[in-house]
Parts: sequence; C-alpha cells; structure tokens
Amino acid sequence: MTTHPAPQGLDAHLVVERGSFRLDITLTAAPGDVVALLGPNGAGKTTALRALAGLAPLTDGRLRLDGRDLARTPPESRPVGVVFQDYLLFPHLTALDNVAFGPRCRGADRSEARTRAAAWLERMGLAAHMGAKPKRLSGGQAQRVALARALATDPRLLLLDEPLAALDARTRLEVRAQLRRHLADFEAVAVLVTHDPLDAMVLADRLVVVEHGRVVQEGAPADIARHPRTEYIAQLVGLNLYRGRADGHTVRLDAGPEVSTTENLSGPAFVAFPPGAVTLYRDRPTGSSARNLWRCEVAGLESHGDQIRVELTGELPLAADLTAVAVAELGLHTGAPVWAAVKATQTHAYPA
Amino acid sequence: MTSTAQDTPRKARRSRAPGRGVPLALLAPALIGLAFLLVPLLALVVRAPWRDLPEQLTSPAVWDALRLSLVCATTATALSLVVGVPLAWLLARTDFPGRSLVRALVTLPLVLPPVVGGVALLLALGRNGVVGRWLDEWFGVTLPFTTAGVVLAETFVALPFLVISVEGTLRAADPRFEEAAATLGASRFTAFRRVTLPLIAPGVAAGAVLAWARALGEFGATITFAGNFPGRTQTMPLAVYLALQNDPAAAIALSLVLLAVSVAVLAGLRDRWTRAV
Repeated sequence: MTTHPAPQGLDAHLVVERGSFRLDITLTAAPGDVVALLGPNGAGKTTALRALAGLAPLTDGRLRLDGRDLARTPPESRPVGVVFQDYLLFPHLTALDNVAFGPRCRGADRSEARTRAAAWLERMGLAAHMGAKPKRLSGGQAQRVALARALATDPRLLLLDEPLAALDARTRLEVRAQLRRHLADFEAVAVLVTHDPLDAMVLADRLVVVEHGRVVQEGAPADIARHPRTEYIAQLVGLNLYRGRADGHTVRLDAGPEVSTTENLSGPAFVAFPPGAVTLYRDRPTGSSARNLWRCEVAGLESHGDQIRVELTGELPLAADLTAVAVAELGLHTGAPVWAAVKATQTHAYPA
Repeated sequence: MTSTAQDTPRKARRSRAPGRGVPLALLAPALIGLAFLLVPLLALVVRAPWRDLPEQLTSPAVWDALRLSLVCATTATALSLVVGVPLAWLLARTDFPGRSLVRALVTLPLVLPPVVGGVALLLALGRNGVVGRWLDEWFGVTLPFTTAGVVLAETFVALPFLVISVEGTLRAADPRFEEAAATLGASRFTAFRRVTLPLIAPGVAAGAVLAWARALGEFGATITFAGNFPGRTQTMPLAVYLALQNDPAAAIALSLVLLAVSVAVLAGLRDRWTRAV
C-alpha cells in the first residue's frame, strides 16, 4: 500500500509492447506481501509475470527488487522463482532432482542440493514421493513439487502463474488452503496471477486488477469487493454497478435513471447493489416502500447456485437473484415485462 | 433381443462401407509399386551364391571393407552429432537474419547429387582447394584420398539428415522447459545440456541412426573425394561396385551384408518409423 517505493521489496513499472498490445503497469510490494494480479484473459497478467521473471524483455520502465536494478538482468541471474501454470516439471527428473535443479545451478554441489531439495519436499509433505517422476504425481502433488522447486533457490520474488488452474475442483480446495499457508510463511514478495477472484481473495493481501494492459483498480480484497470500479470486477464479485453523478441522497446514473441511496455524496460516484437485493413484480407495485423502481424486461434466466439469476434489460440493465419458486410464481420467461425494485438501504454509493 | 443389441455395433463396424472395396485404379499401381521395391531385394537373396557365401564373407578383402565402412560411418555420425545437434538448436531456438536461407543451405546436400558433393569437397579441401591449400601448407594435412577423407565425405551427406531430424524434434519439444530452467538459474547452455538434450534424446538417436545408415551407404561423394583404395578408402559400397565388374558373386555377397545391416537398423527403429503415426 506504500506509495513511495520501499528500498526492500518490489518496485516495478513494467512496460512491454508486443504488436498492438501494450502492457503498462506499476507494481510495488513489501517483503511478506502477497499480491494478486487479477484480470480477464488477455489482460496482460502473464506478460507482466514473464517480464518480472526476465522471460519477456521490458520495452520501458523499471524493475527493482530489494533496491537492486534487475531490468537488464537475464532470468538465470534474477533472484526470482516461478511456479508455472502447468508446472513444467522436468519429465526426465525425479521430484527430488527437479527441486535440486535450482540449487545445483546456483552453485551448490550435488549432495548439498539434494539435501536442500529433500528438506523442501518434506516441508511440502512429499517425503514419500521424492523418487517419483512427474508423470506419476497427482495434480496437487505436482503443484507442491513446483512450489518447492521455485522456493528452493531462496528467491526474493516468487511468481505464481494461475497456480490452481490446472487442478480439479476438489483438489483445488485443498491445495488452495496449503498454498495459502506456504505463502504466509514466505518472507519475500509473492506475486500471483489469476483470473479467479476467489483464488485472488483467499491467497492475496492485495489485489491489482489489470484490464487491457493497465491497472484499473488495486487495494485490499475486501475493499475491491465492496467498491468495484469496473464492470469486470463488479461481475466477478457479483454486484450490479453503475456510474453516475451524486447529488445528496440521489445519484443520477449515466445510464439515465436515478437511484436513491443512504449515503450523502456529491460529484462523480459509483452505485452498487447485489443481485439478491432486487425484488421483481409483474405489475407496478403500489404499496412498496422501495423508491428505486424501474421498468425492465427479462433478457435471460440462468441457474446460479441454488438461485436463479435473471438478466434484465430496459430502463436499467441489471441482474437479479430469485428463488426458483419466485421465478415460477412470477411466470418469468425471456421477454416478460417486469418491475424491478431496490431499497435505498440495500444500495451502496461511493465516490468515483 | 439382447443378442441383437450386442450384434448391432459389431455388424455396423464390419459393414461400415458396404460394397466399397479398394478401387482397382488405386490397388493396381500400389501393388506394382510394392513389387518394384521388393523384387530386387528378393532377387538379391534368391541369386545369392549361398554355397560359396561362407568363403566369400571370410575373405580379408570383405572384412577390410566392412570394418572400414563401420568405422567411417560411425565416426561420421559422431562428427555429425558434435556439430549437427548445436546447429539444429541454433535453427530451432534462435532467431537471426537469414535463418531460413541457412536452413535451406543445410538441406542442400540432401538433394545434391553426391558426386557433386565430392567435387565440391575436392575444390574446398583438396590439395589446391580453397581451404585445403592452407591445411596442407600450415599443418601438412592432406584430406583427399585418405580414410579421413572418407569420413568427411560421409559426414557431408549424413549431417543434413541429422540436423533436419533433430531440429524437428526440438521444434516439437516445449521451449518453456528451457524457460523454467532459466528461472532456476540455469544458463542457456546448462538448460540445453540438462533439460533439452535429455528431452530430445530419442529424436537425436533416431537422427543419428538415419545419418549412420546414410553414411554407410555413401558412394558418390566418397569415390570422388577419397578414391577407391582397398583398406584405406574402399568402403562396402565401393567394394560392391568394383566386385561387380570382375567377380559378380562377391558383389552379391557384399550386397547381402549391407542388406542385412539395413534390415537390422530398420528393426531397431521399428517403433519410430514403421508404426503408423
């Protein structure tokens, strides 16, 4: 959260141009921080990671780690460890030799490297699999070997590219919890790239949201979840988000209608409310206390957990979550006209 | 009823193309082609002087030629490996101006008549050659018409096979393993030696066998550049050619030996090439 680059930790301004794509992001982190780069596919997250590792050259900008300039340092000389998305464990080496590879390359003799590798694998709970070749490891085990291999060189910057993407849903839950523990123990800077908001929020202390090669928002996960500033993040955290101009307890939205809020603001503002706060009516409600009432039309229905998400267009495009019973009682179908209401107390306005 | 349900898929499989045999227009040329490849080899076996064969094969001249062939082909293969694998790596993993031209030049000896290769080698490494002159003057090294010349001629024609084969394997291998090695502190050479080379080893081995077989059968460049001196530069193919003119029975015997070696090589590679991909 520091605005001034700390002498310790990561201080980077990454500019990478490739064809028409331009990545231009600033990234700072103190030792012990876990930063998640969150963004849709093609946003430039992996390019940023590759630039930090030295695998993609910087077009411009700076890269300092613990005060040392790394912008022109080749990857093999950077104190950086990488856990690749599909791990890239060397298929011809055992788990032990995979982990010992780094220490060997950084000058340790064979037995010393193996001793260190064995210690790392034991720490990862893999003592029984040291002699196994990667193809004999399960997804979760391979992930831990990859983490051990990256950590065995004592990096000052640990990079993780979609660390959980290659795992099935059940393994993922378990590995996520383990990874969180290992990241908490890691004393230097960790940067992970993910398009999964849950991974990002569970694993990271700070989120940096990247879209189209730029940082669109950064902060603590809870802040970002509560105050999304782009459509993409709002969708990720499951909120209806609008931009407008606040005047007292009313925000006139850029989309047209006004929204009454409890907050008292003035100037450019965001208004957000969860889909669960929306109530739908077939006919215009008369006795409703909700002051925010819009005429809409059902654009689509989709099951969403144990609820049904109703996508609405019309005066105000929004998403509403209803129970299956409510959907049946209202007789909702694509194209059906409805009235959507949200109580002012359920909305949340904040300065843009 | 249950048996019908079981029969249906099997029947469907068998009569997948009902009444659709192989058209004669394709079958006839295919069989002619097959016969064309096999009949000469069969003739070699049928006409072999089986009774005299033990005597033929134990003559010192045959053994000299065979020994020379094996030594030269193996040395040429080793030489090809030493320079060919790095060359393949350069072509597959680096980007430099004129790379596609370099690749075209590397493959040129594949299509070049070997005799032309031999003439070119003479002009380069001959006693008055572009390079050979200096080798002779400075080091007193003469290459044409020596066993070393045989090795060079065979390397010249075998090297492209190895380079093309290894380059293909390298291109198919995931370059990100090298990146992973780099992030672990491996220099590009260490990454090549400890990660890439073990991963492409099967491809390198296959390329080496291909190069070895090509070197073993090499005739045109060898006879042009190294001549035909028994015990020194007369390899098996040269001995076969010479024998055919004054002792056809010996030529057949020598040919049988080469055929046997080729079949053995093919058997060794059956997993890689004779299995449809």
